[in-house]
Amino acid sequence: MKQSTQSPKKERQVILYFQVHQPRRLRKLGFLDVGNNGGYFDDHLNSQIIERVSDNCYIPVNEKLRKLAEKYPGLKFCFSLSGVAIDQLEKYKPKALRSFMNLANTGAVEFLSETYYHSLSSLTPNDEFIIQVNAHRKLMQHHFNVVPEVFRNTELIYSNSIGSKVKGLGFKGMLCDGIGRTLEGRSPYQLFRHPSQENFNILLRSNSLSDDIAFRFEQDQKFSVSEFAQWIYNIPGDDSIVTLGMDYETFGEHHKASTGIITFLEKLIEKLHTDNVVTLTDPSTAFKSRVAKEKLDIHDFVSWADESKDISAWLGNDIQCDAFKTLQSLEDSIMKTHNSEIIETWRNLQTSDHFYYMSTKVAQDGNVHSYFSHYGSPYEAFINYMNTLTDLAVRAKNPVPAVLASREEVNAGFEHSAAQV
Amino acid sequence: MSVKVLMLGWEYPPHIAGGLGIACHGLSESLHEEGVQITFVVPHLNGEEDASRIKLMSASDVNVTLASPKEEKYSSTHSGPGAKQTFETVAVESTLLPYDFAHLTEPMTSFQHWNNEILTSEKHSGTVSAPYKFKGGYGKELLEEVGRYSFVVEEIARNSNFDIIHAHDWMTYLAGLRASRATGKPLIIHVHATEFDRAGEGGSQAVYDIERMAVEQADHIVAVSNWTADILVSKYNADRSKIHVVHNGVFPNKADASRDSNPIGDKIVTFLGRVTFQKGPEYFVDAARKVLKEFPDSHFVMAGSGDALPQMIHRVARAGMSSNFHFTGFLKKKDIDRLLSFTNVYVMPSVSEPFGITPLEAIQAGVPVIISKQSGVSEVIPHALKVDFWDTDALARAVCSLLKHKSLASTMQKNAKESIKSISWNSAAKKIKRLYYETIHAES
Repeated sequence: MKQSTQSPKKERQVILYFQVHQPRRLRKLGFLDVGNNGGYFDDHLNSQIIERVSDNCYIPVNEKLRKLAEKYPGLKFCFSLSGVAIDQLEKYKPKALRSFMNLANTGAVEFLSETYYHSLSSLTPNDEFIIQVNAHRKLMQHHFNVVPEVFRNTELIYSNSIGSKVKGLGFKGMLCDGIGRTLEGRSPYQLFRHPSQENFNILLRSNSLSDDIAFRFEQDQKFSVSEFAQWIYNIPGDDSIVTLGMDYETFGEHHKASTGIITFLEKLIEKLHTDNVVTLTDPSTAFKSRVAKEKLDIHDFVSWADESKDISAWLGNDIQCDAFKTLQSLEDSIMKTHNSEIIETWRNLQTSDHFYYMSTKVAQDGNVHSYFSHYGSPYEAFINYMNTLTDLAVRAKNPVPAVLASREEVNAGFEHSAAQV
Repeated sequence: MSVKVLMLGWEYPPHIAGGLGIACHGLSESLHEEGVQITFVVPHLNGEEDASRIKLMSASDVNVTLASPKEEKYSSTHSGPGAKQTFETVAVESTLLPYDFAHLTEPMTSFQHWNNEILTSEKHSGTVSAPYKFKGGYGKELLEEVGRYSFVVEEIARNSNFDIIHAHDWMTYLAGLRASRATGKPLIIHVHATEFDRAGEGGSQAVYDIERMAVEQADHIVAVSNWTADILVSKYNADRSKIHVVHNGVFPNKADASRDSNPIGDKIVTFLGRVTFQKGPEYFVDAARKVLKEFPDSHFVMAGSGDALPQMIHRVARAGMSSNFHFTGFLKKKDIDRLLSFTNVYVMPSVSEPFGITPLEAIQAGVPVIISKQSGVSEVIPHALKVDFWDTDALARAVCSLLKHKSLASTMQKNAKESIKSISWNSAAKKIKRLYYETIHAES
């Protein structure tokens, strides 16, 4: 990727970060289907969703951003694409994947690294996390010819220990949500550093400004582009960094184009750029342009999800924890099969969304969970997931020898899928 | 002369929610074999029912005709179907309800009495309207439909010729009482379950009131077990001399059920039924936890749906045994057969089970069964392990014994299968037929 050569002319910086992710949703698998060796994923539903979201969001918004980048050289955006999303785009909507490439060709995009399967593997002590990060690196190199230098973990899950793991993988820093209880009264609009790792930056997402767009855009207090820009300008400090991070699908899918959200984004970018009060930049440039002074010390896991901003969206109740524990317990028997198809399936079952569907939270959080879920209830999600795991466990006990992967494939952590794409 | 029976039920196969429809079907078919003529009225038919031997009537096809307020009064008790006057046809519409059950306890001296109630809320009297289409089933309009059904059945009773009314479970008791009052024919209520079995002490007062009224006013009561007869006496103050215990039968399996295997293993323990607290699902879950300590490779299947299912899922997850405990949701007959074909132990831990046909089906499928002592079916199967529903240690020990000692399992399997051959709808029908004759004879 082409790196910015000039240092920013202004001190105040704004980073726009878009998350692109689509899980491979499971098809209905009843207990009596266990052992029938049917497919696990609802290809029809998944292709429909990819198709729809591509038409509503990815393709039109990419095109808008591409035009803006061409019109205003120096403009920067930050994207993170999960491996499972990229695979599905390639399979169901290659045109959308090409439109991401076209956008990347402007040089205006910094891509972030993440786990290939958008998984919760950072919460486990084994090598799975490293394997999935490396697999994602290969995938990004393959499609976009970039090696990401900054990391974002699934749903911005973070803690000191995750920061150390990520630093150990050679990244310069990572994203985290700006959460009041972790800031101890300090401003979130600055770079932070890890309490023990040298040269490891932590960039905080502004959750209030980001959620204004992502969750409150259509509510009563609709705001204009100028008002929103002014909120940013009003933030004190000549060297502030404001990170606006949200699901890319916010633009055109969660809020349809008819609400004016895509135009809002377009006008906001244009205004922020031309007002000349702030610079729209990317994380790497921000890391280069300043030194993180404050330490951010986070012992318990945090994330950008739900009111509580912790990991309770995925591991907040007994069924979620038991499902996750069962998934983990299969690791040895899955690996022993050396069957690339079984291993990849097991990894696809690690995608955080499967656990998100099992949340039994109510009220505001519950509404968001059920908006994203294709199940009638968290219990249905749990039962279906467990039946799928049971079937996979049976297959792992009696793998079909015909599709045995070579030892290198398994050990290299995803040669197989990277080579496929 | 053969007996003519107006039989009232809420469901009939193949569209059934539980054992009631199966029992109604089994009994009716066998009574037919015995030469009894049956007209079976259900709220709703959808055409897939087998009506080759039983005359099935859908209450949804009947216009309710009502006497004009100006017609002379007459007593319904002894009028009989022949006493029909000039009727206006009127559809029973929703304005009739919410149904007031209180007035039903008052003696119904005239047709006029309740007719006025309808006319005050019914604006279309004198016009011919379409009959009310019952949804059937057990939805939130159940009480409302039970009320409507009773009016329709009364109308049917007035226009039919029969000797006796036989009403199955509380949904049809009001209808039975109305039909009996209108025609003077004797009423037998058939108690497949009571509100006490379904909900313990926390059941619906309206349902309980209907049951209590029917228990008091019916000419005879058929209870599906001594267990149920005891509940009728202790909870409903029933006159024990009116109660006749007739155990349910079971349909013989057409083909000899073939055993199958399942890739998850050969220690599969199954709970099959509605997942409600009265079926004791939590005792099954707690016993599973204890069995898994002895047999970590055992698997537990909870087949069925119900309001307690979410709690059961949490209970299993909290115990961390989801990898060995599986939920199927509601199953159709052929899926039940498949499940039983690879089940190694069947458990019915019901808190209060009037009868319980599923253990018999499990036995037919060659599965050894463990049942709670608080069940009617335990009165008829000697070759089962029986435990108190609350004693999960005993239940776990029983499961472990069957998993461990193949000889025990196979002996029970063989003997139970042999012994249940005598539990037939045919012998149930013979007892009921005798009761019909005795009742009619006593009346005349």
